[in-house]
Amino acid sequence: MNDMTPIATSPKDWETDQEVRWCPGCGDYAILKAIQRTMPQIGGTPANTVFVSGIGCSSRFPYYMETYGFHTIHGRAPAFVTGIKLANPDLDVWLVTGDGDGLSIGGNHMMHILRRNLDTQILLFNNEIYGLTKGQYSPTSREGTRSPSTPFGSVDHPAKPCAFALGSGARFVARGYDVSKNLPDVLKAAHSHKGAAFIEIFQNCIVYNADVFAEFTDKNNANSHQLWLEQGEPMLFEKGSRGISLDHDTLQLKVVDVEGGDWQNAGVIVHDVRNRAVAHMLVEMPFGPFPMALGVLYDDPHPTFESAVVAQNRELSEGRTPDLQALVSKGQTWMVEKEPREN
Amino acid sequence: MATASHEVTPQEAAAHPPAEAVVVRFAGDSGDGMQLTGGQFTLSTALAGNDLATFPDFPAEIRAPQGTLFGVSAFQINFGSTAIETAGDAPDVLVAMNPAALKTNVSALKPGGLIIADSGEFGDRNLAKAKYEANPLDDGSLAKWQLMKLDISALTLEAVKPFGLGNKEALRCKNMWTLGLALWMFDRDRQPIVDWLKAKFAKLPDIAEANIAALNAGHAYGETAELAGPMQKVSIAAAPTEPGLYRTVTGAESISLGLVAGAQLAGLKLFFGGYPITPASAILHHLARLKEFGVTTFQAEDEIAAICASIGASYAGQLGITSSSGPGIALKTEAMGLAIMTELPLVIVNSQRGGPSTGLPTKTEQSDLYQAVYGRNGDAPLPVIAARSPADAFDCAIEAVRIATTYMTPVMLLTDGYIANAAEPWKVPDMAGYAPFPVRFMTDAPGEGETFMPYARDEKLARPWAIPGTPGLMHRIGGIEKAQGTGNIDYAPENHARMTEIRRDKVLGVDVPDQDIEVGEAGGRLAIVGWGSTYGPILQAVRRARARGIDVSHIHIRHIWPLPKNLGELLRSYDRIIVPEMNTGQLKTLLRDQYLVDCRPLNKVSGQPFMIAEIEDAIANGVGDGDVPPSATQLPEPKAMNP
Repeated sequence: MNDMTPIATSPKDWETDQEVRWCPGCGDYAILKAIQRTMPQIGGTPANTVFVSGIGCSSRFPYYMETYGFHTIHGRAPAFVTGIKLANPDLDVWLVTGDGDGLSIGGNHMMHILRRNLDTQILLFNNEIYGLTKGQYSPTSREGTRSPSTPFGSVDHPAKPCAFALGSGARFVARGYDVSKNLPDVLKAAHSHKGAAFIEIFQNCIVYNADVFAEFTDKNNANSHQLWLEQGEPMLFEKGSRGISLDHDTLQLKVVDVEGGDWQNAGVIVHDVRNRAVAHMLVEMPFGPFPMALGVLYDDPHPTFESAVVAQNRELSEGRTPDLQALVSKGQTWMVEKEPREN
Repeated sequence: MATASHEVTPQEAAAHPPAEAVVVRFAGDSGDGMQLTGGQFTLSTALAGNDLATFPDFPAEIRAPQGTLFGVSAFQINFGSTAIETAGDAPDVLVAMNPAALKTNVSALKPGGLIIADSGEFGDRNLAKAKYEANPLDDGSLAKWQLMKLDISALTLEAVKPFGLGNKEALRCKNMWTLGLALWMFDRDRQPIVDWLKAKFAKLPDIAEANIAALNAGHAYGETAELAGPMQKVSIAAAPTEPGLYRTVTGAESISLGLVAGAQLAGLKLFFGGYPITPASAILHHLARLKEFGVTTFQAEDEIAAICASIGASYAGQLGITSSSGPGIALKTEAMGLAIMTELPLVIVNSQRGGPSTGLPTKTEQSDLYQAVYGRNGDAPLPVIAARSPADAFDCAIEAVRIATTYMTPVMLLTDGYIANAAEPWKVPDMAGYAPFPVRFMTDAPGEGETFMPYARDEKLARPWAIPGTPGLMHRIGGIEKAQGTGNIDYAPENHARMTEIRRDKVLGVDVPDQDIEVGEAGGRLAIVGWGSTYGPILQAVRRARARGIDVSHIHIRHIWPLPKNLGELLRSYDRIIVPEMNTGQLKTLLRDQYLVDCRPLNKVSGQPFMIAEIEDAIANGVGDGDVPPSATQLPEPKAMNP
C-alpha cells in the first residue's frame, strides 16, 4: 500500500483546489509556498505524506496541501501524529502548529512528542499572538503586549519555543522565518533528520501583530541582526565583521568584532550542530545585544520512538503464532461434563 | 486456644443459608494481601467446579496507614451449587485480620455468621486506631455472631520459623495461613495455590517455601482436633453448569480478550492508547502483553493524548481503542466529537466508578449513562453498549468493534469497577463460532476527471475508510463541518442540517438485535428492566419472586444506544416497570424520554452493588403482595435507597 518509489513532482502537484483563506499579506502564504517548493526537492510522495494540525490560523495548513491531511483539535496534533506514526511508521508526517496551539493548550503534548523523539517535522509558526480568536496575547508575546485581553499590557514572561524544545529533549532544533529564502533549506534539513525535528518559524501576523519581527526580518536589519548558522562554519554576521565567541571567564556567549576576516583571532566559535551545550546558549541568546540565531541550531539524531516500539513488537512476536483460541483458553481451566442445570 | 464466645441459637441457625451457597469475606489491612488471598481462593473454588462470583473492595489509597479504618481492604466471594450471579449479600464468614477490618465489616455479617479474627493483632494500639474502647473479642459485643479467635500472627511466625525470614517478611505469610484455613473449611484443593506460589516466587525459593508452609499450616490447623468448636467443615457440591471448558475471568481480562478477538475478526491491527486510572488500567496491562496479536499499546501523557493517538491510529488504518473511567472519559470528550465528525472507527471503554469528580475511585456505580449517550457538545451521537458481567464483556467488546468498523463511528462500551475487578467462571468460547467482519479499506483511485469522495456513503451511511499511503486518494478531514460527498469545509446552513441528520440516522440505523427477555414473558404485571452489572442481583431476585408465584419478568438491555427496535412495544406490554440502577435514575430517564412509559426508578448510590433482597423488596412492593393488584402507592418512590 505504501508505495515508497519516489516520483518526480513539481510544487504545483502539492497544491489543492481549495481557496486559501488566510488574511491578505499573512506570512502563512510564504510558508505554504516554501513547503510546496521543498516537497519536490526532498523527493516527497503526496500519497505517502500526511499533514496534521491542531487549531489556529496555522492549522488550516493541511487543507492547502495535496497530501493526506488531518485538521484535529486544539493543541493535540502531537498525540494524533504519534498514533498515525505508530500505526504506519512509513508515512512522512508533518505537524503544523502555532505558538498558542503548540505551547499553550498543547504544551504538554509538545513536550512529550519531543522527549519521545517521534520521527516527524514539527513546524511551529510563531506570530506571538492569537490570530484566529482576534488578537489576544499568546504565550510567546513579549511582556507589555497590548491586546484585547491585556488592554494595559501583558505582565507574564514569554515562553521561548526553541529553549522549550531543547529542554524537552529535542534532537533537532532550527529557526527560520516566513519570507526567508533560506526556509526551504531549513525544512530540508529537518526532513533529513530522523526523529522529532522542531522548527520555529517566525511568522508575521499582518492584522494583529504586524512587523513584530521586523527588527531582524526587515531587509535593512537582516545583515546586522541575523546569524545564520552553518555546520562547520564560524558564527559570523554583519558581513563577517562580527561574530559570536565564548567568554571563558563567565562561560557565556559574547559578540566580538572581527578585524580583516581573522575570525580565529577574534575567538569566534565554529558551529557544531551536535554541541548541545552551545545549542542551549544559542536558544537563550537575548535578541538585541545579540543577533537572532537562525538555521539549524542543533541536530544530533537519536533512536526514534516509533522504531523502538516497532522493534519491541517485532521481537516479542517473533516465533509466536497468534492463536486466538489458545489465548482465550489460557490459564487454569476445568471441564464441566454434567448436564445444564435446572433453574 | 480457639474459643467460641457464643452458642448459636436455633433461630440464628435458621437464618443461616443452606450450605449450597456460602459467602466468605476476607478483610484486613491493605498491606495484608487480602486481594491476593481472595483471588487465589476464587481460583481454587473455580477449580472445584463451584459456580462463583467475587467482589473485591479495596481502599483508594495504595497503602493507607496500617491498622486504620480507611486502610481496610476486603475481598468477598460467593460460591455454591446453585447458579451464582452476584457476589452475595451478607457474608456468612468474615475473616478479620485486625480490629479495623472487624469494625468496618462486621455489621454486614449475617446473624449467626462466623467471625475468624486474628487475636494477635488486637493489641491496644490497633484497637485505638480502629477506635475501639474495649477489645470486641472479649467484651461480648460480638454475641450475635460465632467468634473464632486465633493468634494468626503467632501461628504464622511459628510455621515459617525454619525459613529464617525477618519478622516483617514472616508476617507477610499471614494471608497464606488464612487462605490455608479457608481452603480446609470449604474442602478446597491446595495444589493450584502451591503451584502458583512456586511460579510467582521462582526466583525467591525461600519465600515460596515459607508461604507454602504457612498455607499448609493454616490448612493443618483446621484439621486438628483443637478446632472442633464452631468451625465445622463446610462442603459445597459442585455447581452443575453448561458442559464445556471453563476458566475464571475478570471483566478487564475478558474485555481485553474481546477487543483482540474483535480486531482479528475485522482483520485489523489493534492500537490501544491509555492513561493509568482506577479501575480501568487493568485493560492496558493485559493488552500490553499481547503484542504477537498485532497489538500496540501506548501509555500516553494524559487521557486526551490517549484518545487522540487512538484516533490517529484509526485514521492510519488500525483499530484505535482507548479506555478510562469517568474523569478520564470527561477529558476525552472533545476528541470523541472529532471522531464523530471525521467518522473514524474507535472503541472507548468506560469502566465506570462512583461519583462526580474523583468521587469513589475504587467503588462501583453506573452513573455515566448520561455521559455516554448525551455527554458531548453539539448533536454528537455514538452507539453505546453495556456489559452485564465479566464473561459477557467479551462478546460486548467484539460487538463494539463490529459496530465501530462497520459503521465508521466511535462506540462506547460501558462496564464498571465491579465488572472490571470481579471474577467469574467463563465458558471458553469457540472462536470458530464467531463470524468475521473483515474491513475493506478504500483503494480504488478515482478515474480521469473524477475526484475521490471521502464523505460518500454506503447503504449503512458509512463513509469509505481511505488510509494515508493509498495512491490517488489524498484528502483532508477535520473537525469543521464537512460537505456531504467531498468532505470539504462547508458552513452552509442546509449542509449542516443535512450532515447532522446523517450522523444521527447512521447511529440510529445500527443493526441492534431485538431485546429478549431474560426470565419471564412478554406482557404481565411487572418488568424489572436493568443494564450493566445489576444483572446478577436482578436475575436472582426475579427468579426467587417467580418461584413464589409472582408475575414478574427480567429484561436486561445491552444496547443502550440505539435501543433495540422492539423495546418500546415490549415495555408497554407490562403494567409496571421498575428500573434498578446504581445511579439516580439515568436509564429510567432515557426510557421515559424514548417511549413515554412510566418507568419507576430503584436507585442505589452507595458504591456497593445491589443486594438481591433489595430488589426482591422492590418486586414485592411493585406487584403488591402476591394476589393483591398493585397500586401506585406501593411503587417505590424515586429516592435513593442508601443516601
